[in-house]
Amino acid sequence: MTEILGIPVTVIPGQLMLGLVNGSFYAMLSLGLAVIFGLMGVVNFAHGAFYTLGAFAALLGLQWFGINYWAALVLAPLVVGLLGIVVERLLLRRLYRLDPLYGLLMTFGLALIVEGSLHQVFGSSGQSYPVPAALAGAIDLGFMILPLYRAWVIIASLVVCFGTWFVIERTRLGATLRAATENAPLLQAFGVNVPLLMAATYGGGVALAALAGVLAAPVVLVNSHMGTSLVIVVFAVVVIGGMGSILGAIVSGLALGLVEGFTKVIYPEASNIVVFIIMALVLILRPAGLFGKE
Amino acid sequence: MRGTGLFYALAALFALCAPMLGIYPVFMMQLLCFAMFACAYNLLLGFGRMLSFGHAAFFGSAAYATSWLVTTHAWGPAAAILAGVVVSAILGLAIGALAIRRHGIYFAMITLALAQLVYFVCLEAPFTGGENGLQGVPRGSLLGVLPLRSDLAMYYLVLAMFFAVFVFIRRVVHSPFGQVLKAIRDNESRAISLGYDISRYKLVAFVLSASLAGLAGSLKALVLGFVTLSDVQQSTSGEVILMTLLGGTGTFFGPIVGAAVVVTLQQYLSDIVGGWVTAIIGAIFVACVFSFRRGIVGELAALRLRR
Repeated sequence: MTEILGIPVTVIPGQLMLGLVNGSFYAMLSLGLAVIFGLMGVVNFAHGAFYTLGAFAALLGLQWFGINYWAALVLAPLVVGLLGIVVERLLLRRLYRLDPLYGLLMTFGLALIVEGSLHQVFGSSGQSYPVPAALAGAIDLGFMILPLYRAWVIIASLVVCFGTWFVIERTRLGATLRAATENAPLLQAFGVNVPLLMAATYGGGVALAALAGVLAAPVVLVNSHMGTSLVIVVFAVVVIGGMGSILGAIVSGLALGLVEGFTKVIYPEASNIVVFIIMALVLILRPAGLFGKE
Repeated sequence: MRGTGLFYALAALFALCAPMLGIYPVFMMQLLCFAMFACAYNLLLGFGRMLSFGHAAFFGSAAYATSWLVTTHAWGPAAAILAGVVVSAILGLAIGALAIRRHGIYFAMITLALAQLVYFVCLEAPFTGGENGLQGVPRGSLLGVLPLRSDLAMYYLVLAMFFAVFVFIRRVVHSPFGQVLKAIRDNESRAISLGYDISRYKLVAFVLSASLAGLAGSLKALVLGFVTLSDVQQSTSGEVILMTLLGGTGTFFGPIVGAAVVVTLQQYLSDIVGGWVTAIIGAIFVACVFSFRRGIVGELAALRLRR
């Protein structure tokens, strides 16, 4: 068996694959975070909680109503997105005129409410969500065994991420959105319903997080704190990439997932902290972030 | 303001007599440690407008350092506490130097991420006891003369330290350094154009705040005799923010009130509502942001001004 740095070569593609799966979740979450921040100036601390809610929606949908995976892929983001719109209309909207720190604190409180309640009702031990039959099993690529579901997560999230990028950068709706990011009062003067746009954007960003949650449900244990540590890594990803750029958020999310996977191969003890160390390095060398303009 | 002095005197009298009034001293000590933690945090948020989301890193790492030195190297409490403060100061210098490169919400996210790094180090390092933490930390005797095993002796030590920190913070805020810090808080560009090296002021404030948070953590470890991962966890960072916000950011007495409310709630609420405590704390957060952003003490002061 061939080895690199004393590690059997066959282990590497598997870990990189896992890294890429994690990277897909980072990319989807940091994308939503960046769009919401760009338009509303709110750092959505509840992003991880909405991701958790997406996974729970899929799990409970299956257990209570027999809703299958494919339907959950559509329904869970829809339900969570609607919840997001309610949150924006009732709560967040009152904070736009204040210091952005209050938005951060309020959504932190929201995250505690969601996670605390889920913890109390469903306990701390996780529940597993079955892999859908069509995606069960694995294919042998010769150099590695590729579990079908993981390949599906990567492809699906790439499609969603670049789809979102396309909508924002290449369509009329996206142009309106970008205009609102630049100067919302002026856009409103042109007759665009900016408050509606903001509610829809928050709902959309949150729905992306929920979709990531549904995609993650079969590969992780669904529990109340699955989003807590994830959102901290996503914050670091956002600091590294800079929140100004959609493409930056996607690319840095995927890349950092890969780096994490690679670290797991060569020095597993550091795999949890490698993203934070990279963040520290980026802050020293390029404080505005890799893709940020300041 | 008239009456403030009288109020402080009454509060001090209450704190001195608390053990005689039948209040459980360990509870009072815990409260004082968290009040000290919140006062240290308030120095940063209230007077420097820097929202750190990672103060548990300083609180917890000092607690770990002190506990480790006391249990495995038989250090005395005074030296171990001092060592804990030094550890948190060094950590504060490193994290602060990175975080002040960005502003506002980025500052919050960076401190959160770096504190998570500290958490993972505490989880995996060989000397922290992993998931179990360090148990059975002896209090020892202060400078070899005053045994701290009795709760009463320990209580008055904690109280003395708390008074010292409180007076120190007041002194810092009213010093020329504190005035410049407040000027930076109110208008950063103006402070720059007046020729102040604002990064240096911010960093000094950060290190001071981190060190005092560490002092609170070290004391708490000795009071309770153990340190666990929850001391370095994000939830602890969240709690100290809530204490400061609830009591009143930028007021001297607010963090103490906030700490008293939160610690009491956690102690007694968990008997009534069980596991809902986290959700209730979240709800208090939301309520704070919406209805009393100035905090309990801040709102009371504003009410008095209006009359």
